[in-house]
Amino acid sequence: MAENGKAGGPLPVVDYLKLPEDGEPYLEGHKCGACGAIFLGARATCAKCGARDRMAAVKLANTGSLYAYSIVHRSFPGIEVPYVSAIVDLDGGGTVKGNLIGIEPDPKKIAFGMPVEVVYKDALGRKDKEGNAYISFFFQPRAA
Amino acid sequence: MSEVYILGTDMIRFGRFPDKTVPQIGAQAALMALDDAGLGIRDMQALYCGNLFQASAMVGQRILQEIGQTGVPVVNTANACATGATAFREAWMAIKAGMYDLVLAVGVEQMGKGLLGGTGGARGIPKEGLLGSGTMPAVFAEAGMEHARKYGTTFEQFAKISVKNHHHSTLNPKAMYQKETPLEEVMNAEMIAYPNTKLMCSVNVDGSAAAVLASERKARELGMQRAVRVRASVLTSDPWQERDLVMPDVNTCTRNAAKAAYEMAGVGPHDIDLVELHDCFATAEMLHYENLGLCGDGEAGKMIDEGQTALGGRIPVNVSGGLLSKGHPLGATGIANLYEVSTHLRGEAGKRQVAGAKLGLTHVIGLGSACAIHVLEKVS
Repeated sequence: MAENGKAGGPLPVVDYLKLPEDGEPYLEGHKCGACGAIFLGARATCAKCGARDRMAAVKLANTGSLYAYSIVHRSFPGIEVPYVSAIVDLDGGGTVKGNLIGIEPDPKKIAFGMPVEVVYKDALGRKDKEGNAYISFFFQPRAA
Repeated sequence: MSEVYILGTDMIRFGRFPDKTVPQIGAQAALMALDDAGLGIRDMQALYCGNLFQASAMVGQRILQEIGQTGVPVVNTANACATGATAFREAWMAIKAGMYDLVLAVGVEQMGKGLLGGTGGARGIPKEGLLGSGTMPAVFAEAGMEHARKYGTTFEQFAKISVKNHHHSTLNPKAMYQKETPLEEVMNAEMIAYPNTKLMCSVNVDGSAAAVLASERKARELGMQRAVRVRASVLTSDPWQERDLVMPDVNTCTRNAAKAAYEMAGVGPHDIDLVELHDCFATAEMLHYENLGLCGDGEAGKMIDEGQTALGGRIPVNVSGGLLSKGHPLGATGIANLYEVSTHLRGEAGKRQVAGAKLGLTHVIGLGSACAIHVLEKVS
C-alpha cells in the first residue's frame, strides 16, 4: 500500500480516506472511464460495465445529502450507543456510510435529503494492537 | 424436460438444541421428509445439503453418516440466507437435467444468539459504530428507511408486519414462538436499530427442513395424491447499483427473480394464493410486497394497514409466522418456506390453512446478495 498519512501520525480508518502530507484529508473514489461508475477503494475492473484498467482516482466532495439512515440502539459489546448510521450521497457522485453526528438521535430531528458535510476527526479514541491512533470521517448537518 | 414434484417434505419444530450436532439436526428433517414421501434413504440418488455456518465441514455427508451412507453424490451449498433454497434448486436442476428421478434436499442450521453482521474487517480498528453500522438490524433498517423516504412509510406500519406474523405463528405448532404481540408491545419493545425493535427482528434458532424431489415419471409411478408441482425455480444475484458499496440492494435481485419466476410458471402475482417471503426484519417484508408485485410501488403500507396480507386477506403472507416468529435458522429457512407452502397446497395446514390454495410462492434473500424464488402448484 502506498504511504497514506503523515509519518508517525494517525492512520486513516479506511484506505479510501486520504491523509496527504501537505493538505486536507479527503475521501477518494475510483471512477470508471468507460461508464462513470464510482467505487470506494482501488480496483482494476468495473463491476458495473466490466471494463478493465479504466479506473482513475478521483477526489470525492466533502458535501452531500442524507439518503437513508438507522438509529442504532444495540450493537456489539463495547460499542457505544446510540448512534446514527447514515448513508450519504456525496455531491458530484459517490455514496458513503458513516456516523451522522451533531444531531439528536431522534427520527423527528433527522430529515431525508438534509445537507451534510464530511468532517475528519479522531476515530472515537480507538487504537489498534500496536497503539496507533486513527482518523475517521463523520457527517454533520450543514446549512443548505 | 421433466416436470419436478415434491413428494415428501417436513421440518422440525424450530428451537434451540445446543446438545445436538448440525448433522443430527439435519438428519431429523431428512428422515421426516423421507417418511412423508413413504421412501427411504436407499431410494435417494443424490443429496443436496444447505448449511451456512459449517460450509467447509461436509454437513451433507455427515447427515448420511447419521441416516445411511449409500455412497450417492452429495453437494453442499452455502449462499447466505438463500442457502436452503439454493440446495433445493440444485436438486430441482438435477432432475430437470434428467440425471436422477429421486433426490433429497436438506437445509439445516445451528445458530448462536445475538446480532448478525460484520464488525468491519480484521485490519486496523473495529469500524462498527464508527463508520455507521454493519449489523443486520441496521442494514435492513436502512433499506426500510429508503422506502420511508420514497413513500412516507411509518414506524407503525413496519411494526404492524410483526404483529401480523406473530399472530400467524400462534396457529403454527412448529414455530419457535407462538405468542400474540399487540402493536403497542411491538413498538415499545427494545429499539435495536430504528425502526426495527427487538420484536421486528427475526429469531435466531436452530432448525432443519427437507424435501424429496421426484421426476414426472417417478412421481406417476409412486402416486401423485399429495404431490406438489414445482412450477418455477429462479436464482438471481444483485446487479450493480450505485449505492451497493454501503447499502446492499435486496430489491433489484428480488424483482428480477420474481419476473423470471412468473414467466417460467406462466402466471402473474394475482394468481398466487399465498406467499412465504423473507421477513428477516419487519422492514424487509414491506419492501418485498412491492418487489414481488403483490401490490404496486408505494402501496405496501396500505396493504398492511388494510390487512390484505393477513390470513383471510387478499394474499396471505407468512402464515407460518415467518422468520420473525417461526424463526430463522439460515440454511434451513429456504426449505422450511417450501414445506409451509406445500402443506397449504396439500390442504394439511390445520388452523392456519389458506382456504383453497392452489398456487404458492416462496422467496428468500441472502445478503450479498442472492435471491431464490419458487412457485409451487397443487397437483390434484
